[in-house]
Amino acid sequence: MTKRHLEPLLWLLFSGGGVMAAVFLPILVVLFGLAIPLGWVQPDYNHLHAVVSHWLTRLVLLGLFVVMLFHAAHRFRFTLYDGLQLRGFATPIAVLCYGAALVGSLAALVIVLTV
Amino acid sequence: MADSIQMNVTRYDPDQDSAPTVARYEVPLRKDWAILDGLNYIKDHVDGSLSYRWSCRMGICGSCGMNIDGEPKLTCAAFLSDYAPGPIRVEPLSNFPVARDLVVDIGDFMEKLPRVKPWIVRDDVTVIDGEYLQTPEELEEYKQFSNCINCMLCYAACPIYGLEPDFIGPAAIALAERYDLDSRDRGQRERLDILIEKEGVWGCTFVGECTKVCPKHVDPAGAIQRYKLKAAQENVMAFLLPRGTR
Repeated sequence: MTKRHLEPLLWLLFSGGGVMAAVFLPILVVLFGLAIPLGWVQPDYNHLHAVVSHWLTRLVLLGLFVVMLFHAAHRFRFTLYDGLQLRGFATPIAVLCYGAALVGSLAALVIVLTV
Repeated sequence: MADSIQMNVTRYDPDQDSAPTVARYEVPLRKDWAILDGLNYIKDHVDGSLSYRWSCRMGICGSCGMNIDGEPKLTCAAFLSDYAPGPIRVEPLSNFPVARDLVVDIGDFMEKLPRVKPWIVRDDVTVIDGEYLQTPEELEEYKQFSNCINCMLCYAACPIYGLEPDFIGPAAIALAERYDLDSRDRGQRERLDILIEKEGVWGCTFVGECTKVCPKHVDPAGAIQRYKLKAAQENVMAFLLPRGTR
């Protein structure tokens, strides 16, 4: 009989977010941080808007943002715990980190739904 | 090359000293001498009371691990000339209580290791009736993890083990993985029950130092991440499936 722990689920989000961040974040950064601002590619606005408006794009973007935020929260949590030796504040740190990720996820949901 | 090198060796006798002290020794600097040869020179020619563990001097027995310039090393595999012109700092492995000089108390590791049952578990065999054949592919599955020599360098390198002494530690998890991956073994469930707990794989925060210092290239950090996936799958099942069906 396996007890129900929360830690493995948080780790799965962390782990999945790490893979997603490693694979997709560089692409997004190069596209929207360099290629488009520097004029290497000049996508048609209407075309780009149509792509982002598609429900599949919204779903993928939302999924990416959520797992990446939880990845960051998990990493930051352990940096605070062990890096700064703050184990005494374990619960408030966890609430703060995952709470921030949750708030970010909700913000992402609102943005993705309203673009 | 200079003909001698200074070794700054930690000395500690719990019966007499209130805290460890550092003793400085000059030893011959020879190209083919390892740190262990330097320690043996000190013990034979300078101070016979120096205490340290060693046995095979060829990276098999795993008993001569010490912190060299702050990094866990097998002293038989670290050469004096690589630290020239010195001085070389020789200290006992960190994260373990010191029994005397460079000898650490490994009781905690010896207690933790058998918890993961690092042997082939089978209850359907009562009499050994010959050989249990494996294909080269089945051997390859676990071979890397079977290179562990229990030298405990990974425990000395792991900052989590230093902070959380309850953490079962890198080598124990790597050895659990070694037997889990063995086609002859049936003990996966028993090991998972131990490692799925907080003191098991969830103690690890993937610092990765264990893999960096491993003298046998076992990759304990990799083993722990593989085990976390197994444990997480088990937990997801626990959330999804009702009691009694598992």
